[in-house]
Amino acid sequence: MKTLRDTKVGETVKVVKLHGEGAVKRRIMDMGITRGVEIYVRKLAPLGDPVEVTVRGYELSLRKADAEMIEVE
Amino acid sequence: MEKQLRIALAGNPNSGKTTLFNKLTGSNQFVGNWPGVTVEKKEGRLIVDKNVILTDLPGIYSLSPYTLEEVVARNYLIEEKPDAILNIVDATNLERNLYLTTQLTELGIPVVIALNMMDLVRKAGDSINVKELSKQLGCRIVEISALKGDGVQDAAKAAIEAARNGKTIPQHSFSGPVEHALAHIEEVTVHNLPEEQQRWYAIKIFERDEKVLKQLKVPEDVRAHIEQDIQAAEKELDDDAESIITNERYVYISQMLKGIYKKKGKGELSISDKIDKIVTNRVLALPIFVAVMFLVYALSMGKSIADGGISIGTFLTDWTNDVIGGAVLTDGSRALLESWGVAPWLVGLISDGILAGVGAVLGFVPQMLVLFLMLCLLEDCGYMARIAFIMDRIFRRFGLSGKSFIPMLVGTGCGIPGVMASRTIENERDRRMTIMTTTFMPCGAKMPIVGLIAGALFGGSTWVATSAYFIGIAAIVISGIMLKKTKMFAGDPAPFVMELPPYHVPAWGNVLRGTWERGWSFIKRAGTVIVVSSIVIWFLTSFGSVNGKFGMVDELYEDKSLVTDEYVTTVADRMHIPEDEVEPMDDSLLARIAQPASIVFKPLGFGDWKPTAATVTGLVAKEEVVANFGIMYAYDDKDGEEELEENGNQIWNRVAEDFNTISGGHGRLAAYAFMIFNLLCAPCFAAIGAIKREMNSAKWTWFAIGYQCCFAWVIAFIVWQLGCAFAGAVNAVGLVFALAALALLLWQLFKPYKEAQRLTVQ
Repeated sequence: MKTLRDTKVGETVKVVKLHGEGAVKRRIMDMGITRGVEIYVRKLAPLGDPVEVTVRGYELSLRKADAEMIEVE
Repeated sequence: MEKQLRIALAGNPNSGKTTLFNKLTGSNQFVGNWPGVTVEKKEGRLIVDKNVILTDLPGIYSLSPYTLEEVVARNYLIEEKPDAILNIVDATNLERNLYLTTQLTELGIPVVIALNMMDLVRKAGDSINVKELSKQLGCRIVEISALKGDGVQDAAKAAIEAARNGKTIPQHSFSGPVEHALAHIEEVTVHNLPEEQQRWYAIKIFERDEKVLKQLKVPEDVRAHIEQDIQAAEKELDDDAESIITNERYVYISQMLKGIYKKKGKGELSISDKIDKIVTNRVLALPIFVAVMFLVYALSMGKSIADGGISIGTFLTDWTNDVIGGAVLTDGSRALLESWGVAPWLVGLISDGILAGVGAVLGFVPQMLVLFLMLCLLEDCGYMARIAFIMDRIFRRFGLSGKSFIPMLVGTGCGIPGVMASRTIENERDRRMTIMTTTFMPCGAKMPIVGLIAGALFGGSTWVATSAYFIGIAAIVISGIMLKKTKMFAGDPAPFVMELPPYHVPAWGNVLRGTWERGWSFIKRAGTVIVVSSIVIWFLTSFGSVNGKFGMVDELYEDKSLVTDEYVTTVADRMHIPEDEVEPMDDSLLARIAQPASIVFKPLGFGDWKPTAATVTGLVAKEEVVANFGIMYAYDDKDGEEELEENGNQIWNRVAEDFNTISGGHGRLAAYAFMIFNLLCAPCFAAIGAIKREMNSAKWTWFAIGYQCCFAWVIAFIVWQLGCAFAGAVNAVGLVFALAALALLLWQLFKPYKEAQRLTVQ
């Protein structure tokens, strides 16, 4: 299973499924990361975490721990 | 009179909501808090119609039950039922902004959309079919530019009209299985609620929204019945109910926008993208960050421009202190009041108590304003979010946020703006932790204490001052790690999912308004607190009973019939000082209180009334500690001696001697323990006031102050007891307790800890 955490900078991936539950999952989905959406991984923070992605036309940053919940293809 | 209308302004963060609110209400605003929470509530009267009240809801992405802001917003919309919602939508970020819109249109309240930044969309070569969008969403859309002010009053008028006779019926529907379940839910649970709110409640029940289920008190058997429908839908769509709804909203929006939003732009890098490429670049990000932070600090609190630095804030503060603070307020008022023949005690109260306190606050104001101005600039231009992005990795280990860096940096100048700067941290848990730990940083006013101790007992060694900063940073790190494992902080982790808004040129109106709001809040809160506490301390130091007679001690000591040789001997005995050093202050209430209270500091090595009294007066302002040592060690600048230096170098010998006597020969250790306690214990009253304001909760304020004092005591205790043991003066009982305290600290530090996966809001 490939997750957003494993995605390299510069890659564009499509979301397959969101794992986890409750607030964290809802928050991620509220921000527009839902099934089928395309995510472009823009960069890593200077210290290696969090990551910055482009989704639905805007910039979002999320921690690698949370990115692990997002399954991509 | 016409009925007063209420309109709610709702929208995503960074959508231009604050700008629009300011344009719509002008100076007609009142700022407060939403009941019971620290979220700021702003209301104002519309410029176009003074009879209409506009309520600025917190910036939110959704109406989920998980974050404080969202709960506040939806409670207001559901319970207070405003007459209309003005929903500001950022046209350059349409998909995500409309996600909130689909939820707002379900509430049964007329919605008008203010479509912001259309000019930028056109500039990029894209187009939006507004007419079609309006039809699809079922609500009126007014194009605006909040920044330029175009169309904003039209949007307000449209909202008023909708409030009078508008109706918004949600146009979107969910997939078959969901609608099927929703129909069932509506039938069995919400039919007795107002018709227009039924759909919203049904959807929330479908999502198993805890807050709504609790509010509606849905009976168990009905819940079980509904549960079957929900589970059927979940099974069919292979996801949990909450996610199904979220998913389908986004699917609906992207389907709808296909024909409406035409992207012609080549997707070239915007200016914002180019800036970001440099500013958060892997190599350059940290140097740029350090430079920006240095600039913020140097401009507001660094070396004054009069001394070759670049700080405008310090320059103005020095000027205010010298001109207004000292001369005019204290001396001027004294001369004036005395010339009027006012009673000496009243002159003392007004000049030395109240006005000296007010002067202390006034002096800080210029520095504060410069500092707040810069923080508002950082926030408005979009860099603040990048700070969190860059620093998150380090700070989240200590239960803090990347944005905690700013309060800590500011705290090295003054704790009050440090605490206030924590306001930019959205997550409540991170914010509380930041507020609690920021004042551990040695502020400017604590440095004279360090100077006194270093000079008196350590031969002016620079490592003492350096160690003060290390102690501060270590206290923050240790406290962060320990506290995040406690019950107070457990259970609500924050997902760090943060929008990085495009950079833009700051809107000066917003920046200046924000600066003034924070500055005024500082003046108001700190001012009141400091005035009251100065009066109290003034009273405690000026009054007392001499030989059985109560009054102002200075006056009573002039009465030689009271201050007999015999009496002086008893005072000298009581205070353990030579007879020729007996001062009026030795009979003050403060000395009387400090004498028995000093027992608290016995286990820390400095259990004498003088350090105790100095510590207590330090609560008014930490500068007072050294000044009080001056008074207590009978340093008198009235008889031609020069004024006491800030670090008290004229009394170093006396302080060193005294610490050596108190501690039985371990003066250095005792003095170091004294310094640690004063660095870490509760900050001055003005900073406590700031903590109370930002916590907006008596319980949390007491918890913060209590924790700081206990932590300071325990650390000083461990240092003193272990230090003594190493020096060969073992105090068996003390050492056992010190080792036990140390073990407890280490255990709390290293015990395993698992981040909870669910986030809850009380």
